[in-house]
Amino acid sequence: MNQPASAYFIEERHDPNETHTLAVLVQNEPGVLARVIGLFSGRGYNIESLTVSETEAQKHLSRITIVTTGTPMVIAQIKHQLDRMVPVYQVVDMTQTRRSIERELAMVKVRGQGEHRVESLRLADAFRARVIDATTESFVFEITGNTDKINQFIDLMRPLGLVEVSRTGVAAIGRGPEGM
Amino acid sequence: MSDKSHDSNQMTGAAMIVRALIDHGVTDIFGYPGGAVLPIYDEIFQQSEVQHILVRHEQGAGHAAEGYARSTGKPGVALVTSGPGATNMVTPLTDALMDSIPLVCISGQVPTHLIGNDAFQECDTVGITRPCTKHNWLVRDVNDLAKVLHEAFYVATTGRPGPVLVDVPKDVQFATGTYHPPRKSDVHRSYAPRVKGDATQIRKAVSLLASAKRPVIYSGGGVINSGPEATKLLRELVEVTGIPITSTLMGLGAYPASGKNWLGMLGMHGTYEANMTMHDCDVMLCVGARFDDRITGRVDAFSPGSKKIHIDIDPSSINKNIRVDVPIIGDCGNVLGDILQVFKAEAKKPDIKAWWQQIAQWRARNSLYYKKSNDVILPQHAIQSLFEATRGKDTYITTEVGQHQMWAAQFYGFEEPHRWMTSGGLGTMGYGLPAAVGVQVAHPDSLVIDIAGDASVQMTIQEMSTAVQYELPIKIFILNNQYMGMVRQWQQLLHGNRLSHSYSEALPDFVKLAEAYGAVGLQVTKPADLDGAIKEMIAVKRPVLFDCRVAALENCFPMIPSGKAHNEMLLPEQANDEATAKAFAGGKALV
Ligand SMILES: Cc1ncc(C[n+]2csc(CCOP(=O)(O)OP(=O)(O)O)c2C)c(N)n1
Ligand SMILES: [Mg+2]
Repeated sequence: MNQPASAYFIEERHDPNETHTLAVLVQNEPGVLARVIGLFSGRGYNIESLTVSETEAQKHLSRITIVTTGTPMVIAQIKHQLDRMVPVYQVVDMTQTRRSIERELAMVKVRGQGEHRVESLRLADAFRARVIDATTESFVFEITGNTDKINQFIDLMRPLGLVEVSRTGVAAIGRGPEGM
Repeated sequence: MSDKSHDSNQMTGAAMIVRALIDHGVTDIFGYPGGAVLPIYDEIFQQSEVQHILVRHEQGAGHAAEGYARSTGKPGVALVTSGPGATNMVTPLTDALMDSIPLVCISGQVPTHLIGNDAFQECDTVGITRPCTKHNWLVRDVNDLAKVLHEAFYVATTGRPGPVLVDVPKDVQFATGTYHPPRKSDVHRSYAPRVKGDATQIRKAVSLLASAKRPVIYSGGGVINSGPEATKLLRELVEVTGIPITSTLMGLGAYPASGKNWLGMLGMHGTYEANMTMHDCDVMLCVGARFDDRITGRVDAFSPGSKKIHIDIDPSSINKNIRVDVPIIGDCGNVLGDILQVFKAEAKKPDIKAWWQQIAQWRARNSLYYKKSNDVILPQHAIQSLFEATRGKDTYITTEVGQHQMWAAQFYGFEEPHRWMTSGGLGTMGYGLPAAVGVQVAHPDSLVIDIAGDASVQMTIQEMSTAVQYELPIKIFILNNQYMGMVRQWQQLLHGNRLSHSYSEALPDFVKLAEAYGAVGLQVTKPADLDGAIKEMIAVKRPVLFDCRVAALENCFPMIPSGKAHNEMLLPEQANDEATAKAFAGGKALV
């Protein structure tokens, strides 16, 4: 490899990227989300999706779900870097260590009349999306499912008058009786 | 609890801060006052258990606290005001994070009701310092202060040590609340560093070491951070196994430079024998080091044929740059103890006579060779003279950053840990002088020398005033080549010798400068005068600026050119123009 003269070794890594969903249990305290996000931006990791909410109020616990991509070495780094943060209790790689269920919720606004309007309703029915707002020329659909299903639904709505989409990002939980 | 003890635990936030310092055994802190910390300064004024050293710039406080910490194994403490006081701490905090130095910084903040208002001297201190601390806290309630302070000391000093910051708004300093002494429950339940290594992994490590034909131990700053026990065990392991040992810049002194298994430092400016041993080994035991890019050279050609064992307390250090075969997460001292125990019970010294013969051949290349002169002082020679003059004395060395730092690492022999304070990870010019101040505060009767460069020393020269005020007889030994030598060397090697802005134009007269501060100035230009001048410097019981005029254009070798492997080092005798040009062939640097 012909590298330009430099104080650093410029290296190309060719390992393929993988997508992983991480569940991170944290102490719910000021700044904790900024810490997690700062880690990703500071070290150049990707965030595809991020959701966070308090899950156990008495114990001040929040759960952050992060979907990220990277080479296996980078994914391992991300987990270790998260785990060593002081307010982080636990990091579970839902993609690697568990059979897990992932869900996302989206609200999809579609505007149209006549045939398009009927078609959007018919498709919403097929996707088990609910109508949560309606006017004579628009619908807002609520749909839950995995990311692929939601993407597919949005793609179908596009030619039918898609106006806007609001998505929650991915939440994930392991199957079976055990907690994380 | 009796009413009386209850009463005595009622105090202001400012008083709690001083009380917590005392409860954590802190005897010296480094700081600089300002509006947002005046209540704390008022408390400091009214007591005598904690000595406060007034620096001349907050960066100086941070590096002094680092020097204090690194030379004692105790946490260093800095106290700064809000806004500019806090932003001036960013460099030392980052430095301490990179080099795993336990530091507790207390910063003042504007009153809570003004936070977010762009108040005078307000800045988002916890936001700014979040990526350069191990953890930080903004305390909004005086009744949380004791718990946070105790946790801060705990986090800074346990696991992989590092800097922490506690930001205390001025109203919280004034408010009265309940203090409690340190207790276990002060710490986040989520924070639990692993200390003990996995027994199965330790067995694997022992069997690899025992069956090795070409083993090497590569140790780092983690061994020193772990404490005296780790150093003792490392030395014992080398003795029991007979394995050669090298170390990173940060790890110097864990194994004595005079020890018979010592290969010298490894890495970009390490010795030929250390780097070749790393490259050709079949088993590598890495203890408390992190396969940094200055160490590995080209990653895909790094020690290609070896099985690697890696002991580190920080799981994120493992498999970050280099894939290892036997990771052991735990404290160096603890794991080394276990390895030794299993080794002694179950294994024999590996037979590595042939390996030592090979190493002897590499050693014979004499990779630290330089040509002495009668007319001009060679920087390497100056360090060797300094080493000879201080041998057997109770000496601590700090450095700035540049060629002089590498020459110090190559030519000064460290026999004990905690004697060598240098900015490794961040490479902070201006570290050494204030670090020497901190070291001298911790060891008032020892000889403390900052091996400095003419450019670096100017970055924090103001701390000479601190040294004079507190009668700290630090010696600033400037290898004055009138260049930012390391920059000039790279420009020569990589950028067609276009010496863009690397000449130290308009250098001050260091002798007069010393005198202006009320310190002692010495200058030497001739090799024949060097030893006498060094003697004089050591004899003076006051701070000294020593202007050692050295060869201007000397380069630091040996060297692993960028993008090259350990076995492609450029040795001093080969470093003629043609070979150098070839080794560094390529376009201009992109990074
Ligand atoms: C704060 C800071 N700014 C810039 C650099 C980049 N740098 C590394 S070495 C060096 C030159 C140091 O010159 P000097 O102190 O004279 O040491 P020498 O290399 O000549 O021994 C510079 C500018 C740095 N390490 N730190
Ligand atoms: Mg210089």
